[in-house]
Amino acid sequence: MSFIRRSVGSVFLKELVIGMSLTLRYLFRPKVTINYPYEKGPLSPRFRGEHALRRYPNGEERCIACKLCEAICPAQAITIEAEPREDGSRRTTRYDIDMVKCIYCGFCQEACPVDAIVEGPNFEFATESREELMYDKDKLLSNGDRWETELGQRIAADTPYR
Amino acid sequence: MVDFWFNYIWPVAWIVIKIVAIVIPVMLSVAYLTLAERKIIGGMQLRKGPNIVGPFGLLQPIADGLKLFLKETIIPSGASRGVFILAPCVTFVLALVAWSVIPFGDGMVLADINVGILFLFAISSLGVYGILMAGWASNSMYAFLGALRSAAQMVSYELAMGFIIITVLMCVGSLNLTDIVMAQKGEYGMLNWFGVLMFPMAVIFFISTLAETNRHPFDMPEAEAELVAGYNVEYSAMAFALFFLGEYANMILMSGMTSVLFLGGWLPPVDIAPFNMIPGPIWFAAKIAFCLFIFIWVRATFPRYRYDQLMRLGWKVFLPLSLAAVVIVASVLVAFDLAPQV
Repeated sequence: MSFIRRSVGSVFLKELVIGMSLTLRYLFRPKVTINYPYEKGPLSPRFRGEHALRRYPNGEERCIACKLCEAICPAQAITIEAEPREDGSRRTTRYDIDMVKCIYCGFCQEACPVDAIVEGPNFEFATESREELMYDKDKLLSNGDRWETELGQRIAADTPYR
Repeated sequence: MVDFWFNYIWPVAWIVIKIVAIVIPVMLSVAYLTLAERKIIGGMQLRKGPNIVGPFGLLQPIADGLKLFLKETIIPSGASRGVFILAPCVTFVLALVAWSVIPFGDGMVLADINVGILFLFAISSLGVYGILMAGWASNSMYAFLGALRSAAQMVSYELAMGFIIITVLMCVGSLNLTDIVMAQKGEYGMLNWFGVLMFPMAVIFFISTLAETNRHPFDMPEAEAELVAGYNVEYSAMAFALFFLGEYANMILMSGMTSVLFLGGWLPPVDIAPFNMIPGPIWFAAKIAFCLFIFIWVRATFPRYRYDQLMRLGWKVFLPLSLAAVVIVASVLVAFDLAPQV
């Protein structure tokens, strides 16, 4: 019996018809495409994108030049130089991140005791030259100023789970 | 002078006008077939397909064509120049020449020759030369392997196609494409003995055309996983575009052939009021579009055949089947006295 059934099935191209009806059904399903530049997918608050150096609400930069991020960075992408400022507080004179070396592991963010260096939600920072990806302190601080609202919300959303 | 005008210049000009009236719609269909292919395959894979250039991506084929037109045609230093340039031209011209005998409506045919189907078959067989020349002249092993595969495949499936065409001819009693279409005109439109008898042949014929046009699931010649892109790997810009156009024009031609032989050409599927009001060429276009949709649908559904499976299907399944079909159809025609009286 099974032989006859198989033969009839192959003569009438049963498998092909089943396969084609499946693809035809898919044609009328809702599409999953996200129209990327106009629509974007959801991002987790833990998403590790472009780096930023944050400030306190009074405008003082958070970074105290402890160099924990530089020490933990597995790609050795961070370079820090520091000396005491005029008022005696310890601050960085140089804070560079080589975004080409960076592997976006988020260790710098984990290591930072004052939540100064963070990885933000921005992943659209492609540039036309390598040099533009050597971020210095000004660039990182301006990132922090630009993204501060989102950064604060992300940290607030993620804190209960840490 | 007036005689000269009416006897020589005007007929030639009229033929040229008719040729343009055929070629331009064919080229436009080719352009939008590429868009339709991307849209339909995208839809079946739950994507949207091109939708940025123009409304619903309708200008995408024009953008693609413009891009190919503006690029540089690179001729590899090891290539045989003349043949290398000739190959895409051959493919393209052959894909267009065959349209001269396709009837678009009652009497709407450029050359109403009595061996229409033979001409069509011959031209579609010649298509293999363009591919062989491309593979040979490119002086590249990928192109060469692709061309060899393509040649073997097209030759194998032409046999089955030939026998299927013979069954059609036995039922019709004429090689003229207009006669073939008219023979399918039954009392209830397409639902006559011809349509019923010919349906399995239509399926075999259609699958053979998939192989003949090197389409999925028989697209061995351009198996991109193994042969990069097959016979056209060394081609760029306009030469590549000509191959592309020729390939897609061939697809449309084969769909037209299927419509003429099995789906009743320009005849409405049922000969009743709302359907027979629509003019013939529109029905013909609709039938071609239906066949093309199946072409694309098959591509979205099935994985590629392995080369030996492809050959097995051609020689060990389709050839015996189509030979048996010739015998069976002949027997049916004799037994029920349906054979056309010529």
